[in-house]
Amino acid sequence: MTHRESLHKAAGNGLIHRRHLLGLGLGGLGVAAAGQVLGADQAMAFELPAWSRRPGPGPSRYGQRSPHTDHIGRLAGDPNPLYPGGGASRSPLHLLQGTITPNSLHFERHHAGVPAIDPAGHRLVINGMVRQPLAFSYEDLLAYPMVSRIHFLECSGNSGTLLGASPVDGTAQSIHGLVSGAEWTGIRLADLLAEAGVLEGASWVSAVGADGASMGRSIPLTKILDDVLVALYQNGEPLRPEQGYPMRLFVPGWEGNTSVKWLTHLKLGTAPSQFRDETSKYTDTLPDRSSLQFTFPMGCKSVITSPSGQMALVRRGLYQVTGIAWSGAGTIRRVEVSADGGASWADALLESHQSEKALTRFRIPWDWQGQDAILLSRAIDDRGNVQPDRNTILAERGNLSTYHYHGMQSWAVGTDGNVRNVYV
Amino acid sequence: MSKFIAVPAMLIGAITLATCTNAAAPGAADSNQTPALGSPVSESRLADFDLIIAADGTGLPAGSGTADLGETIYRSRCQACHGENAEGRGSAAALAGGSMQSEGPPLRTVGSYWPYATTVFDFIRRAMPADAPKSLSDEEVYQVTAYVLFLNGLVSRNQVLDRDSLPAIVMPNRGGFIDQSRIQ
Ligand code: HEC
Repeated sequence: MTHRESLHKAAGNGLIHRRHLLGLGLGGLGVAAAGQVLGADQAMAFELPAWSRRPGPGPSRYGQRSPHTDHIGRLAGDPNPLYPGGGASRSPLHLLQGTITPNSLHFERHHAGVPAIDPAGHRLVINGMVRQPLAFSYEDLLAYPMVSRIHFLECSGNSGTLLGASPVDGTAQSIHGLVSGAEWTGIRLADLLAEAGVLEGASWVSAVGADGASMGRSIPLTKILDDVLVALYQNGEPLRPEQGYPMRLFVPGWEGNTSVKWLTHLKLGTAPSQFRDETSKYTDTLPDRSSLQFTFPMGCKSVITSPSGQMALVRRGLYQVTGIAWSGAGTIRRVEVSADGGASWADALLESHQSEKALTRFRIPWDWQGQDAILLSRAIDDRGNVQPDRNTILAERGNLSTYHYHGMQSWAVGTDGNVRNVYV
Repeated sequence: MSKFIAVPAMLIGAITLATCTNAAAPGAADSNQTPALGSPVSESRLADFDLIIAADGTGLPAGSGTADLGETIYRSRCQACHGENAEGRGSAAALAGGSMQSEGPPLRTVGSYWPYATTVFDFIRRAMPADAPKSLSDEEVYQVTAYVLFLNGLVSRNQVLDRDSLPAIVMPNRGGFIDQSRIQ
């Protein structure tokens, strides 16, 4: 029996049981990998390389990445004179691993660019239906008890292009790069509200940023008291300017726009403020021309990041299909992968640590022998939400609006090894 | 001010926390004890800071304007991006026209889509013109708001908009939204 035959098939068209990633079948995988490079060892030089023959530079004040990885970057549009500072940049999902996005590569969305805030001149004001309106300086807030939480953040416009009539020739980054994962550290907003004293009857909190757009969003008080943070740190360091320095709202699981950056004002009231970015934008028009407003949690979703759009498989043999899954409603419990366009499915291996409203990494081995394939992934969360396919979403809500799209991504692999975005 | 001495908080964050947790509620067995450092402010001092206009008009400032006066502002401060007839250019959205009942995909604008006229004032005052946000006076915001509503056929050229008349305008798509906030 060859090693390939010894691998336990999990579903059609080459998917191998995930237990082969757990150490049980690794021998087989190792043989396969070694087999690929047998021809290469003739060409390889085994002299000690130059960098082993001299000392390198010493420790430095601020770390830099290897020049060999500086092709990894966000995908940002060109500056737009009609929209000064406005627009988005997307995370290079296909070039990253794990579930934490480096701060320099976290996606961005700005409505009037990144303000140059001097924290000494920044205030967070809480007013409206409170016993005592209060103002906090950045220094004040640094002294408060903080908590750290690992969560995804996703722009509700992410992946919306997949509702278009024909599939774009895109990458995991260009189609899905408006999602990132990080550890956010900050103050429970409930603690600050307790200090101001919430008055009976208050039910909404309007949050406003200190950017040129003074971007505002209204959030129900129940959510604010549940798990919303005033975040001051991202992945251990003070927020980057493009992520809201010195402080941002962080609203776990909800559409990214509600996590107002450069947070400067919170006002309690009995109704939403009906800001432009919760009426004109971030609302979804249905086929009957009514429009859904305040659709807050992001859906149960996954995307295969490798192999993915515009990649090319250059050898036959075993590949690791991997990607990320997340749900604004809870914790990812299961991700299924198909290599035959959804005819058969196999469970992917989930990273051992899954947390609520956070990215979860999945992996499954796949044997590609040059055949046509369509790779799909489908996420399931602990509330029983199952990621729908594109046709189900189209049937339910049409495509007059493209926010909050969480349908499945299908990547076609051709016999030439080229991977592209398709609809099934 | 009853604040702790201004030592750079970056250096002493943890220490401040340890020594000040009782300031808010001495002796309370609450794990969420905070140092209670917020400075009291009065609503009147926040008049210029608080830009929020509620849908019922609360927060609208004094002043008034007509579309006739607003046209001059539109031509000099808005037209370069939004177009001569507010038809829009690229990301500078169309500000007039469209219908939610159109046969093809509806053009969603202030006139066809927005549920509240107060949002027009609120948004222009906080964010427009995009190349110089907050450079218009409240009076000018009333004027150009009136002009945008006039282009949508919602007010006449000489109708005066102020804190009473603006919230009274009934927008065509007012009933077109379904609030999802309670079914999360
Ligand atoms: C530099 C170009 C520019 C100028 C000048 C400008 N705008 Fe805008 N405007 C924009 C852009 C870009 C947007 C979209 C902003 C966004 O999506 O965050 C916008 C959005 C708007 C909207 C919301 C449209 C919608 O349907 O959501 C209104 C209303 C508006 N502008 C009014 C004005 C008025 C009134 C002026 C003049 C006082 C003005 N704008 C000047 C670029 C401009």
